[in-house]
Amino acid sequence: MSAVIDHGHAHGHEHHPSGIMRWITTTNHKDIGTLYLWFSFTMFLVGGILALGIRAELFQPGLQFWHPEFFNQLTSMHGLIMVFGAIMPAFVGFANWQVPMMIGAPDMAFARMNNWSFWLLPVAATLLVSSFFVPGGAVAAGWTIYAPLSTQMGPGMDLGIFALHIMGASSIMGSINIITTILNMRAPGMTLMKMPLFVCTWLITAYLLIAVMPVLAGAVTMVLTDRHFGTSFFNAAGGGDPVMFQHIFWFFGHPEVYIMILPGFGIISQVIPAFARKPLFGYSSMVYATASIAILSFIVWAHHMFTVGMPTAGVLFFMYATVLIAVPTGVKVFNWLATMWRGSMTFETPMLFAVGFIFVFTMGGFTGLVLAIMPIDIQLQDTYYVVAHFHYVLVAGSLFSLFAGFYFWVPKWTGRMYDEKLGKWHFWLSMIFFNVTFFPMHFLGLAGMPRRIPDYALQFAGFNEIASIGAFGFGLSQILFLWIILKVTVLGRGERAAARPWEGADTLEWTHLESPAPYHSFHEQPVVK
Amino acid sequence: MTPDERARANRKLLGKLLVCAAIMFGFGFALVPFYEKICEVTGIRNVFQPDAVAAENTQVDAARSISVEFDANTQRLPWTFKPLQASVSVHPGEVTQVLYEVRNTLDRPVTGQAVPSYGPQQAVLYFKKVECFCFQQQTLGPGEVRKMPVVFLIDPKLPREINTVTLSYTFFEVNGAQGGRG
Repeated sequence: MSAVIDHGHAHGHEHHPSGIMRWITTTNHKDIGTLYLWFSFTMFLVGGILALGIRAELFQPGLQFWHPEFFNQLTSMHGLIMVFGAIMPAFVGFANWQVPMMIGAPDMAFARMNNWSFWLLPVAATLLVSSFFVPGGAVAAGWTIYAPLSTQMGPGMDLGIFALHIMGASSIMGSINIITTILNMRAPGMTLMKMPLFVCTWLITAYLLIAVMPVLAGAVTMVLTDRHFGTSFFNAAGGGDPVMFQHIFWFFGHPEVYIMILPGFGIISQVIPAFARKPLFGYSSMVYATASIAILSFIVWAHHMFTVGMPTAGVLFFMYATVLIAVPTGVKVFNWLATMWRGSMTFETPMLFAVGFIFVFTMGGFTGLVLAIMPIDIQLQDTYYVVAHFHYVLVAGSLFSLFAGFYFWVPKWTGRMYDEKLGKWHFWLSMIFFNVTFFPMHFLGLAGMPRRIPDYALQFAGFNEIASIGAFGFGLSQILFLWIILKVTVLGRGERAAARPWEGADTLEWTHLESPAPYHSFHEQPVVK
Repeated sequence: MTPDERARANRKLLGKLLVCAAIMFGFGFALVPFYEKICEVTGIRNVFQPDAVAAENTQVDAARSISVEFDANTQRLPWTFKPLQASVSVHPGEVTQVLYEVRNTLDRPVTGQAVPSYGPQQAVLYFKKVECFCFQQQTLGPGEVRKMPVVFLIDPKLPREINTVTLSYTFFEVNGAQGGRG
């Protein structure tokens, strides 16, 4: 496409160490992106196994496999591992691979810090997972680690707290790197409003991370000092207040859920125009919608805690602010639909996942609106309806967008096409089993089944059976995904990919770089008109 | 931009963003006094101060009788703690005194803090404590027994449908971390 394609030359001066040291010492954004993605996939499988432990127990009423204490550890660790170990690092992995290539930069701004922010993660994950083996077991206070449970449980919580500290530090360093790269290293001519949407959403996400990860670090530090150093932040006897933990936690927690979905919005906004062969409809409204979602996320936190007792004025404020978020989210969904309108669409695996994302994520958005209405929320608080809601937005939202992004960009990363037939199988199996697992949970929640409890009343047995069958189906479908990944990466099978295998894709990595992307790309920055 | 200039610009931005992160870490802790202030201003959590009693609230409404029940609990604290009367019948607006008795069963001094709660929840706004042992921490010597008063009145504006109010205290040991795990 242009003179910047410089194979041969780029490979000419690679003097990096080989073997394991290549990966430990690497400062290359593509290597680090790969490390992030493998790490997050590993954690995804670990968290998935814990989820299957939960669903095995809930297949039938009564206690089958686990003690209730261990069940609490399963639910808590499943949440923590999926949020902090799988979804967040996976998006950072995408940012590492894609942001420099999409803005025409040679690498990330701080290459050595990039290496460090990745290698903190395995340390944190080891701490977190090893907490299963200390007396009293792993974190069992829910992924939200509410006080006073978290201030009273055994040493597993201390390991969890340190793991959160380390993962927080890693996220902050990663975000600083991403912001600096995007703000300072864009190709000449690429203004902020000309950036691909994936880059734009990641810029906003990175700001969110810098704003709220330190607040989480503060909250867990307070739990730590309450546990060991005699402070009483959350201890009523010493003048503290356990409800305050919920306020501080959700001040972090609500922006956090957008941290886990905004980059997904970015991926979908790259994939849909590429396969509809039309430019994205309403680019600037997409940017402003993303920014307003990010800003609104700071003033809605108390909708997670309507039942703690709040003045009516406070409840109404948080309720209206929450409902307001539906507006920019709706703008995004309608823009995606308008992009597809009269496009010449084809449905390769990335597009299937993107369209599936819109369908299922929107359902999760609607149940979110239902939960935002305080009188209904009082009924549904801590039931399976909530579990259904956040899995519709986190699995069908974040995870499906990650799948879409993987199939979309893997030809650029490896230079080979993934197995299209298996990819389509992966989509349909995931989509069907996802709904088999989580759709019945709406009914369970409406009927009053509480979450985080290892046993249930007999009338819930039928739907739980269906949900457990779906969960095992979904889990096994991801083994197929592992095979698809291995086939296209490690085994190097699949037909060679062209520099621009998707004809509608028009960002710099497709138009200016060969497939696979050279180890060092964009030594000379392209000029964007 | 030369590579040198770019490196300098990147480092400058790094510094600014690190400052942002540090400020937000402090902000997390600043939420603690901020939250307490909000509770104080809105009167959500004034459990450790006497309630303000307006003059018109002390008009006794002899036409109504409210049954006030008393309850006492301890949380991981080796004290015996009980009300000296299970319940009293009061007219709204009438100032009433009741006694609680607490005994330290240990052979060392222990400091505790009582935290009140009420049932039904709607009664909270109308239950005014003028004097209470829960306003301060209580330190009991080895084996000491103490009788402690609560002086309260019920606001005559208490909704008509409420005829029974329960006042419940829980004593916690005040010593930070050990208090949590006994």
